[in-house]
Amino acid sequence: MTVEVARSPLAHRLDDLAGIESVTGGDVVLEHVPFLAQVDLRLAPELATRAPYPLPLTPNTAWEGGPRAALWLGPDEWLILGPPGSQSTIAHELEAALDGTHRSIVDVSDNRVALELSGPGVQELLAKGCSLDLDPRSWRVGSCAQTLLARAQVILHERAETTGILVPPSFADYLVDWLLDATRAGG
Amino acid sequence: MRRLETGGTSIDRSAPLAFTFGGSALRGFAGDTLASALLANGVDVVCPSPILGRPRGVMTAGPEEPSAFVEISAPELDLISAATTVELVDGLVAKGRPGTGRMRLEGAPPPRCEHRYAHCETLVVGAGPAGVAAAREAVAAGDRVILIDERSPHGVDLPEATVLARATALGLYDHGYVVVHERSRPVERLWHVRARRVILATGAHERPIAFAANDRPGVMLASSAAAYVERFGVVPGERAVVFTTNHGAYTAARALRNAGTGIAAIVDVLLEGSAQDAARADGFEVRSGWAIAGTEGDPRVSAVRLVGPGGEEETVKADLVAVSGGWNPVVQLWRAIGGGLRWDEALATFVPNGVGPSWLEVVGTATGEGLPTSAPYWYVPADDLSSHFVDFQRDQTVADVIDAVEGGLRSVEHVKRATYIGTAVDQGRTSGVLTAGIVNLLQGAGADAQGPTNARPPYTPVSFAALAGPHGGARLDPARTTSIHPWHADHGAVFENVGQWKRPWFFPRTGEDLDEAVRRECLAVRTGVGMMDASTLGKIEVVGPDAAVFLDRMYTNRMSNLAVGSIRYGLMCGLDGMVMDDGVAMRSAEDRYLVTTTTGGAAKVLDRFEEWLQTEWNDLRVYCTSVTEQWAVVAVNGPRARDVVAAAGTDIDLSAEAFPHMTLRHGTVAEAPARLARVSFSGELAYEVHVAARYGSHVWESLTGAGEPFGITAYGTEAMHVLRAEKGYVIVGQDTDGTLTPFDLGMSWIVNERKGDFIGRRSFRRADTAREDRKHLVGLLPLEPDALIPEGAQLVQEDTGRIPMPMVGHVTSSYRSAILERTFALAMLASGRERIGTTVFAPLPEGTVAATVTEPIFYDLEGARRDG
Repeated sequence: MTVEVARSPLAHRLDDLAGIESVTGGDVVLEHVPFLAQVDLRLAPELATRAPYPLPLTPNTAWEGGPRAALWLGPDEWLILGPPGSQSTIAHELEAALDGTHRSIVDVSDNRVALELSGPGVQELLAKGCSLDLDPRSWRVGSCAQTLLARAQVILHERAETTGILVPPSFADYLVDWLLDATRAGG
Repeated sequence: MRRLETGGTSIDRSAPLAFTFGGSALRGFAGDTLASALLANGVDVVCPSPILGRPRGVMTAGPEEPSAFVEISAPELDLISAATTVELVDGLVAKGRPGTGRMRLEGAPPPRCEHRYAHCETLVVGAGPAGVAAAREAVAAGDRVILIDERSPHGVDLPEATVLARATALGLYDHGYVVVHERSRPVERLWHVRARRVILATGAHERPIAFAANDRPGVMLASSAAAYVERFGVVPGERAVVFTTNHGAYTAARALRNAGTGIAAIVDVLLEGSAQDAARADGFEVRSGWAIAGTEGDPRVSAVRLVGPGGEEETVKADLVAVSGGWNPVVQLWRAIGGGLRWDEALATFVPNGVGPSWLEVVGTATGEGLPTSAPYWYVPADDLSSHFVDFQRDQTVADVIDAVEGGLRSVEHVKRATYIGTAVDQGRTSGVLTAGIVNLLQGAGADAQGPTNARPPYTPVSFAALAGPHGGARLDPARTTSIHPWHADHGAVFENVGQWKRPWFFPRTGEDLDEAVRRECLAVRTGVGMMDASTLGKIEVVGPDAAVFLDRMYTNRMSNLAVGSIRYGLMCGLDGMVMDDGVAMRSAEDRYLVTTTTGGAAKVLDRFEEWLQTEWNDLRVYCTSVTEQWAVVAVNGPRARDVVAAAGTDIDLSAEAFPHMTLRHGTVAEAPARLARVSFSGELAYEVHVAARYGSHVWESLTGAGEPFGITAYGTEAMHVLRAEKGYVIVGQDTDGTLTPFDLGMSWIVNERKGDFIGRRSFRRADTAREDRKHLVGLLPLEPDALIPEGAQLVQEDTGRIPMPMVGHVTSSYRSAILERTFALAMLASGRERIGTTVFAPLPEGTVAATVTEPIFYDLEGARRDG
């Protein structure tokens, strides 16, 4: 009902984001995924098998299957992702499966904004602002991490076709400014 | 000095370049350094020495240069650099610059500098033969390899490695973290490298010998003189005296002679040996056991005074003195990260002793390998040692070192600080071992007694612009904005920084200043309705069966008996019993609270929650999740607040009976799913509208539209501060400073010691915390109702007119109140509660302000308005 009144924190930067593709000659393509559903799950790792999806127990890895993904954020914390609007469904799925356990299920869909990066220049672009080793030797599809990109806290999520960046909306403008600077000609 | 017709491995004779030095138009070639081009043009004097003003020329061919310093004004601004490290470019404009660069802001901007993070298994510093071999080996082993060199290395054919030219390792840090400055164009790069293994192949620097007037232009290190011939096709002099402690300089002598420089003599401090014999057989005049007593010339060397083993003197004509006092491995990076050194008797220098970080290796010449054997010969004895220069950039001589040692200083580190030797930009590359040698000698200690002083990063100077890189200007610090920010900007808000947040400070209408805008905004809230963006409040979901117990321990008051759907204000103290943050707790379910924190305290409070849960109370079943950014919050305050929320459209019963003060309801506002909380920070009837951030601007605009008939007014943080102060509500961090207890604030009602233990409780019993004469929060009403006491003003009990006066307190908040039609203030005053009704004084440069001490509340004392 209320999709028309919802506004993404990046609504006013879409042209800037789209421009990155031409500035980089297609090396980097940036897409904004508005209103990605995100639910924060806190649960003891021993109970992870009770969850409706396979919760990864290896630090900094993610599971992805169909419309759901689960990112390891900490020993007892996961971020469950789903298509826009599915946050209530996700919360219900989790509540139903974890009924009777001690857990915390919190809708955080607006806590972070989603960007998807693709193109041959992504690794080099991120190397300008992220101190993690994003070489395929240590960073591959299914890797995820909470880290800094320039001076913004982000979650990085390596997917089959794209690299996902989740950034708090208050930092979104800053991050877009940084991305424009880092991809500008001569950079 | 002249350029040869042929030769020069570094230069490209097909690419002539024009440059200006000290106002003269000169020419050089691509591949020249400024130093080689100056020598090719016959420039003897580059700059005066920094302290004594003695003429100085080029002494070396690399970053160890202690003598020839320049300032570059085009094409890029460079405030001070060694001429030996400046690459010649067309249109370069330079002049001599002794000692210290002079900051200036005009001129060409610094080049853009990017930052890059890189990871590798092997980082090799130095692309000489040993470095290239090490890199090649690592590539063969499958490593990711980064090979860097401060010059532009030729013939490194290693496509599998990342080879960075003009790149200097500024510093090595723990666990193979290396900061590399790559002076590429048009974009510079500052690399943050994490390497599993770092290999230093940094080579060695030749060192000088101290003798009288050893700083005269024309005195050069022997290998550098030869390097100018070889690399740049430049003959640095027509007739040379070579002065050496080792056979390495014989190679330099041959190179100079081959280029056409006459060798007047090779003066070798050692006695006879095979090198001397071979040189004599080659036609050189070798003076074994001789030394150079001094030089003459104006300004350039024209004659050299030699002194024989028996003290006999002889003067020879020469315009070049090529000196070699031995070689020092380049160990600065090795030492700065904790690597050890040992004295090598044969080489007469300090070499790495192999004891250093496990990830760090030194290879090649930097270990001492392949260096010529030498003697520990530091200076030529003389009666007057006051022109025997040791550190050219600091104008310090052997006489100065003697002064320091005779003054009682024993450690080379103390001698360094007394003389400043080694503290210039070259950090003692040529003077360090020399100084240690002299100090050891003067103290009658072995040559191994003390090594050179430590050098610290950066290895070579680096500009602040490069270190700042992309994080300059508007990106110096992220500006965090709320979902409603675009509206604020469109409506002329003046912003203030609260942490990283940009918050509307006030919304001036045309012609209004801060005071006028704030007066209008405050009156709107007191008499009609106002709204503000409160999205930046910290918000934490606290969930779990023990959430209530947990919050009882974190706050000073009881949160466990809060009814579901109700809200309670809470204070948090540190272990010291001092107030650290405040906010409200909203109970949305038996096992679920939403707590708010101050804007600046959000991260700190969550960290604190996690710390106690993880380290002390891991038996408590509680999870905390930050939702600060999940929720946009619009605070609607004022007698017409209910009308506005109703007009915006809501399915929540807003009546005072159904929805009293300090309760919360869920429903929709302006069609958006919302949580509505009756919380008031103004003392007026108030609703906080919490919606998912995506609906923030929609709900804000809906409330603006719905409020129009009621004259709704957007207000900023300044009006909020005035409104809350009129009610005596403290702002943690403004009225408190980390030294105040809830009792000091007059908030004993919020401390519930019956509920059990909580953080800060036991500190309330400390004698100092329980003292009667602590500072108390009070109100102040200036006797002159228009007098505004500045925040921070000190208070005295009696204005004696004589400084000093005993101070009894200070003002924490001070404003003009529109509704009270007068000024007022909050203050911390010693025994303040006992002083209520008395007068205190704020002595100020422009006159003393007298004020009556009051209860810290000025408006609606009975608190009826918020319940409306």
